Amino acid sequence: MNQYHTPQKLLHWVSAIIILSLFALGVWMRTLDYYSSWYQTAPDIHKSFGIVLILIFFARLFFRLKLPSPTPLSNHKAWEIKIAHLTHFAMYLLLTSILISGFLIGTADNRGIEVFGLFEVPALFTPFAEQEEIAGAVHEWAAYILIGLVTLHVAGALKHHLIDKDQTLKRML
Amino acid sequence: MKHTLKVIGAALALSLSSSVFSAETYQIDKKGMHAFIEFKIKHLGYSWLKGRFNDFDGTITYDEKSPNASAVNVSIKTSSVDSNHAERDQHLRGKDFLNVKKHPTATFKSTNVTSKGKGKVDITGDLSLNGVTKSVVINASEIGGGSDPWGGFRRGFEGTTEFKLKDFDINFNLGPASETVLLELYVEGIRQ
Repeated sequence: MNQYHTPQKLLHWVSAIIILSLFALGVWMRTLDYYSSWYQTAPDIHKSFGIVLILIFFARLFFRLKLPSPTPLSNHKAWEIKIAHLTHFAMYLLLTSILISGFLIGTADNRGIEVFGLFEVPALFTPFAEQEEIAGAVHEWAAYILIGLVTLHVAGALKHHLIDKDQTLKRML
Repeated sequence: MKHTLKVIGAALALSLSSSVFSAETYQIDKKGMHAFIEFKIKHLGYSWLKGRFNDFDGTITYDEKSPNASAVNVSIKTSSVDSNHAERDQHLRGKDFLNVKKHPTATFKSTNVTSKGKGKVDITGDLSLNGVTKSVVINASEIGGGSDPWGGFRRGFEGTTEFKLKDFDINFNLGPASETVLLELYVEGIRQ
């Protein structure tokens, strides 16, 4: 069966929606005026979904290692396979650093992260001084690079679907 | 012989001048940290937000007999801002407020000290903050002074001043009640 498994597909698309929403929310919330009614709620929502994304990310890693990935299609060229693998690997790496740095911003000076006002994830570690500065810079830059790679990833999927008219995208649907 | 006389003459002149001009230099007690540079600003007009700068250094030249001859020099590392909330501190260090990457130090250099009697002085000086230099007046007074238990001599001062954030090119809108920031200074100097 040359398809992704149902849990992989589900987690992939849920991640995609959350990641794009978090990026937009993250950029937007930093432009808010202090008197905006979203000034406090927007970061709260961003952090809450960030924690959800961490859980989803663990689940994805689990399935990635447990379930076989589909083999490349016969019409895929060697350079296409190489770029796709590199992009996937880089996206995993960037997402890892975004999730860790985001967690470190939210838990700097030992504050916990409240998730939808339901429960609090405590600060697990405070690894370095001026944590919020370093983590903040990593979070921002990694997010912009990730969105750049997502664009490449989407362009690749669309190229296979619309130009090559092959099964590449359909394996994830 | 002539040489010795010259030395004695110079020594006499020195001792004479120092007795006439009795200004003493005090170094801010940074090592033991008996000094605090704190700020407060209204939050929404309902309450105060307080914070401080943790890293600064400076000297005070103080003349008890003629306070007008006194001088103050302080430099503050702006990235040491601390309002007991990491995310807010990060915001304060950024472009909306202190711009610490571009302006890592804030300085105060006194230009004129005027005694108002009873140990009170008005310290006029140039405050450089966020790349803007403006004259501010610190209303200061001596708290006390004397020998410390460890063989030194100390003097303590307190002072307050206020200015509009806008005057120092800090334009983030915190609301109409929060345009003015108040500085509260408590400084202990060790005589050098």
